[in-house]
Amino acid sequence: MAEKKRIELMVCTGTGCFAGGAYQIIDELKKELELFGLKEEVTVVATGCNGFCGQGPLMVVLPDNIFYGWLETKDIHHLVEEHFLKGRPVKKLMFIPPEQKEPLPLISDIPFFKKQLLIVLRNKGIIDPEKITDYIARDGYLAISKVLSSMNPIDVVNEILKSGLRGRGGAGFPTGRKWQVASQQSKSPKYLIANCDEGDPGAYMDRSVLESDPHSVIEGMTIAGYAIGSTNGFIYVRTEYPLAIKRMRIAIEQAQEYGLLGKNILGTNFNFEIEIREGSGAFVCGEETSLIHSIEGNIPEPRQRPPFPAQEGLWGCPTVINNVETLANVPVIISRGADWFSNIGTETSKGTKIFSLVGKINNTGLIEVPMGITLREVVYEIGGGIPKDKKFKAVQTGGPSGGCIPAELLDSPIDFESLQKAGSMMGSGGMIVMDEDTCVVDVAKFFIQFTNDESCGKCVSCRDGSDALLEVLTRISNGEGMDGDVEFLTELAESVKDASMCGLGQTLPNPVLSTIRYFKEEYEAHIKEKRCPALVCRNLIEYYIDPNKCVGCLLCIKTCPTEAIKGESKHIHIIDQEKCSKCGQCMEVCPPKISAILKITGKDINNMVQLTELISCKEWKKEHEPAHS
Amino acid sequence: MPKLTIDDLKKIRDDSRKELYLREGNYRGKVIVHMGTCGIAAGAREIVNALLDEFDKRKLTDIMFTTSGCAGLCSEEPMITVEIEGAAPVKYRKLTPDKAKRIFNEHIIGGKVITDFVLGVGSERVG
Ligand SMILES: Cc1cc2nc3c(=O)[nH]c(=O)nc-3n(C[C@H](O)[C@H](O)[C@H](O)COP(=O)(O)O)c2cc1C
Repeated sequence: MAEKKRIELMVCTGTGCFAGGAYQIIDELKKELELFGLKEEVTVVATGCNGFCGQGPLMVVLPDNIFYGWLETKDIHHLVEEHFLKGRPVKKLMFIPPEQKEPLPLISDIPFFKKQLLIVLRNKGIIDPEKITDYIARDGYLAISKVLSSMNPIDVVNEILKSGLRGRGGAGFPTGRKWQVASQQSKSPKYLIANCDEGDPGAYMDRSVLESDPHSVIEGMTIAGYAIGSTNGFIYVRTEYPLAIKRMRIAIEQAQEYGLLGKNILGTNFNFEIEIREGSGAFVCGEETSLIHSIEGNIPEPRQRPPFPAQEGLWGCPTVINNVETLANVPVIISRGADWFSNIGTETSKGTKIFSLVGKINNTGLIEVPMGITLREVVYEIGGGIPKDKKFKAVQTGGPSGGCIPAELLDSPIDFESLQKAGSMMGSGGMIVMDEDTCVVDVAKFFIQFTNDESCGKCVSCRDGSDALLEVLTRISNGEGMDGDVEFLTELAESVKDASMCGLGQTLPNPVLSTIRYFKEEYEAHIKEKRCPALVCRNLIEYYIDPNKCVGCLLCIKTCPTEAIKGESKHIHIIDQEKCSKCGQCMEVCPPKISAILKITGKDINNMVQLTELISCKEWKKEHEPAHS
Repeated sequence: MPKLTIDDLKKIRDDSRKELYLREGNYRGKVIVHMGTCGIAAGAREIVNALLDEFDKRKLTDIMFTTSGCAGLCSEEPMITVEIEGAAPVKYRKLTPDKAKRIFNEHIIGGKVITDFVLGVGSERVG
């Protein structure tokens, strides 16, 4: 092949960018490159998730390392001509940091990328996930070569033990310990399962690993299989992840073709097969014993442990179940050594962790950071702070099993122990940032609603306990809270924790407990003053038209979907609270320089002048104009 | 396809790595073709083609090939700048494909500046 290639366009085709039209961008690029006769010099590579999802569809231009975001097909002609033909990077497609004017051309200058450390996502955006040779070019499958040619299974277990790697699926159990237990079982066959159920709302770390670098998971699984003495692996993926499944399927086929899966891997006598199992996306299926039941074709309810799956798992056989991210760490640890790995991170939490950074944050996306980085660095440096200069209120980590961490703990490091001490947990890595407009009662209610829906119903404490928690939270947010509700919630939450069998019930009270711990006064405001300080709970707020500001323009009247606003041109408009559905559209259409519509709560509701009769704006002014002195 | 051995795997790695060199970013220098409107009109595209042919022939992967805009001296186009690590950038003027090939072989590979084609050594200060 004539090697005339001088530029590569790494176009992100992760799920976010895919939905945003990445493949239309690719088609357009190919068309324009052809038009300018650049087809051979400039090639387009479809990569997995780049991580800076808030900027998608996006691409990185190599070797110059220039980052372009928010691409639209109409920009492509200009881009190809200016940058790829004439060599003038196009400023208007570059990333401009919030509140700044000048764009940052180089990916290495963008703070979102600068503070990250890539181990698991080492190949993201650099390889084409559908090409095994791209993975091999980046030293892929060298770790399994090393293992098969120079290590005994027990050496592999010891290396992982020494690295300090802990499970990334939530609980942080030492991976080497789990492998050791399984390797010591005499029963066979043994099984290995990669857990890519990923049920936390807002989390997409594992999906992204499968989408951007599926071979790293295959290699990690094969090494794990060798270490514990298993020849059969399963990847359990939720069926809502079609792209991840497709790429995994392609990767498995390619690995089989190359003899990196199947019989006599790399010419040795080690055999290992991988099958994909699709789950239908219930949160409880991510719990290891439920997941095992699901693969067996049974109802995915958890069971009592011990025995642990490593002793008695799939079809009663010893089974190691690891999270996808955990497994993707394994090849790198083997290649670079346990000592290298254990130098990254903190005393008890080694390596890196991937988080999906979402919510009220400027730079939404997927990040990989060293353990021990502070929440502040993540929120303000990588995340670029809170949009519209709002105040940071809390960050929710660990999804429905985690808790809210308030501003005063922003400087604490991110590691398994610190998060737990703060009443939250690492979980699988969802990170939802909340600003001052977020109501903690509403947040707690949201998560309990989720776990209440997702509870499998086997334990009374989880099933009925989450019902009861939800009922009280709903009452509080409706303005029907009573004295003693907070104490009741706390007590109930503690008993649900104690009495539930699996992690779902044991952790579901965390959002309630952590918000009570850090924001008790906000609960009290709802209960005692019928006030929602963040102006979120619909039953506690009212929209109100300030007669001193309304000019009678009719805009809100025309917009209101429930016809709750009455008035005439140049007369002060009045909201009928009985009819108002609190959708807030009136506030959005009221012109900013008028801003006559207010959202109010608590005492303010009674303190406002309530008009009942229509009155012209002029007349109102005459009566109420403050006397000039 | 026959099953791989560990040696085969390493060979595939070495071969595939060449394909990925643009992404690895290990360069000892770069050559820039100035592609402003003036440069293109004066024949910069042919210079690009000539250089890329040479890159291909030599399988050179440690020099970054890139284009940029007008260098500010339109009457001297087509121009290229050669930047080798540790040396001042050299600008060449009024090139033809043959001259570009000589620069490639004698300067970029051989390390010797061809003074006859040089416009200037060093670059503007960025203030
Ligand atoms: C309700 C519930 C949901 C879970 N969901 C997941 C999940 O989506 N992915 C995952 O890897 N682990 C999940 N876990 C944790 C698994 O039970 C198990 O601990 C984990 O897969 C082990 O892998 P690791 O040791 O590599 O972390 C969940 C646990 C509970 C209780």
